[in-house]
Amino acid sequence: MISRPVYGVLEPRPGAVHLIVADGEGAKAVADLVSKDPSILHKSHILYTAGPNGTDQWDSINALGAKQAQKAASIPTLLFRLARVLQDAPMGAQVYLTGTEGLMGQAERDVMALGFPHADIQKEHRGSTMRRVQCVHCKGITENVKTDPFPCSHCGLHLFVRDHYSRRLAAFQGVNIDAEEKGHIPPAVERFK
Amino acid sequence: MSLDFKYGFDDFFRDETYCDDFTYRNSPAAIRRFPFPFDRDDYMYSVNMEPHVAGRKGSVFEHTFDVDEHYLSEMRDRARVLASDPLRCQSLPHMTLAGWDLLELIMETKAREYPQWFSLAKDGNRWHWINRPLGIDQKFTFLDESTLPYGPMEYISRQTQGDFTLQDEREGTLWVDAGMVTTQADWSLDFNIGMNFHEWHAPVPLAHEKGIFDRALKFLMKLQQGSPVRRYNWTMTVNPLLDTAPETYPDWGHMRTALTPKNMGHMMHLRVELQTLYRLPRSNAICFDIRAYLGKFEELVTVPKWGRRLHRVVRDLHPDLAAYKGFLRNRDEMTQWLSQYDDGQPTSPGWWPED
Ligand code: HEM
Repeated sequence: MISRPVYGVLEPRPGAVHLIVADGEGAKAVADLVSKDPSILHKSHILYTAGPNGTDQWDSINALGAKQAQKAASIPTLLFRLARVLQDAPMGAQVYLTGTEGLMGQAERDVMALGFPHADIQKEHRGSTMRRVQCVHCKGITENVKTDPFPCSHCGLHLFVRDHYSRRLAAFQGVNIDAEEKGHIPPAVERFK
Repeated sequence: MSLDFKYGFDDFFRDETYCDDFTYRNSPAAIRRFPFPFDRDDYMYSVNMEPHVAGRKGSVFEHTFDVDEHYLSEMRDRARVLASDPLRCQSLPHMTLAGWDLLELIMETKAREYPQWFSLAKDGNRWHWINRPLGIDQKFTFLDESTLPYGPMEYISRQTQGDFTLQDEREGTLWVDAGMVTTQADWSLDFNIGMNFHEWHAPVPLAHEKGIFDRALKFLMKLQQGSPVRRYNWTMTVNPLLDTAPETYPDWGHMRTALTPKNMGHMMHLRVELQTLYRLPRSNAICFDIRAYLGKFEELVTVPKWGRRLHRVVRDLHPDLAAYKGFLRNRDEMTQWLSQYDDGQPTSPGWWPED
């Protein structure tokens, strides 16, 4: 799929500041990152929250010994902290995002909105593949979508997940599956875990 | 300040609807000039682009921006759609200059090509625009937004047939950062705004693999001011709905299940998009004009060559394209109906009716 973001493996890069954002199983990717170059730790600021599937590895993040590390209660509260931290981040700061697609997409959107070049942002996918989907009809976003189709958490229409991704919204597109024949809704299949 | 239309319906400009009772139709003259998009008996995606230069008198290529008998009804339909969903027109903050470029391009061109309907007088930046069919007489200051009732892109595209998107060029690609989109074949400006050329084309089947989008983008990056280009795209629409938006798909999708052999000729429309692309002078943005023409099957088959050809194209189209264009479920019935108008005779190359 073409508009789908591409993910790699986090690599330490030279920089005066290292901003690390992770959720759930992303904690392991953060550990792998700093093990490649422990010297970045004293210039690192880590923001972490539990994953949508409940995975919470805050203890291992906290034990790394970064210059600063905070745990947020949810992705939205993490994004508030991120907005504040970004105000002080100098151009040339290295940004590392890891964990679920929803977290990385939203953090990337906020980082890019402040003009950080794409090249200074790295992403590594870990953990859940559940999707963040925008209903094209009511515009509401449903988090942690596992099945296809699924009911929109705002308007209740049954949506299928189109392979179309917006970085601006950090979301896939959901389209009503029974628009042509009302009530013809195929059984939900678990596509995203 | 607002933009109040006084629709001047007359013998030429038809008073018709694109919703509810669907009174839209083409006059015999409009059928003859319909932009039939198939120059041969089969169809596959290609980098089909040619210079947008003046074509045959009377054809949709005669003028840069074709104004036809549906003009006023189409503008009324756009106003209706925007009233129900303002998100159909959006412009990111850095695109205002490109909006002025577009306004200038359309006003200058229409005043030159259709002096009976439009006029533009300039005294430095103080401009005076008259649109007689819509009853508009507007004095404003060019590049000063406060002197118009809408932003420049919205102001002029509420008076111009066709959807418009404005693409900013940066990082070696194009970004769709503004648009007026109320006559679209099932894609969402609100979802796509801010995407780049390859991202917004992601859902299209087969074309990426054929390298079509790589080549098309290369071509567009070289587009020069004053040398616009054009291409066709097409799909099928049940009922003359100009506005087939994904947003309202739950309202119109069921119409696709209402087709019968009896109503096919009247309800099924070939939807042709005449797409033109212009490099804009100040902003260096690219304007993409998507002008939709709707032709009923029963209208198109009055031209024998088109009847034969449409039958063959629909019958043989790659199933992935028929599915993407949304008519796979009706394809067999469409082929069946069209086959009455195909006597198996050879067709001449090119799309003109009389050749
Ligand atoms: C720069 C301006 C352009 C814009 C804004 C644009 C936009 C779009 C959009 C929004 C779609 C629908 C995608 C969806 O399903 O969500 C589409 C489809 C498509 N575009 Fe473009 N496009 C542009 C230029 C081009 C060019 C130059 C080509 C040349 C090859 C092209 C070829 C296609 C094709 C083949 C399709 C599939 C159409 C169908 O089968 O109905 N586009 N385009």
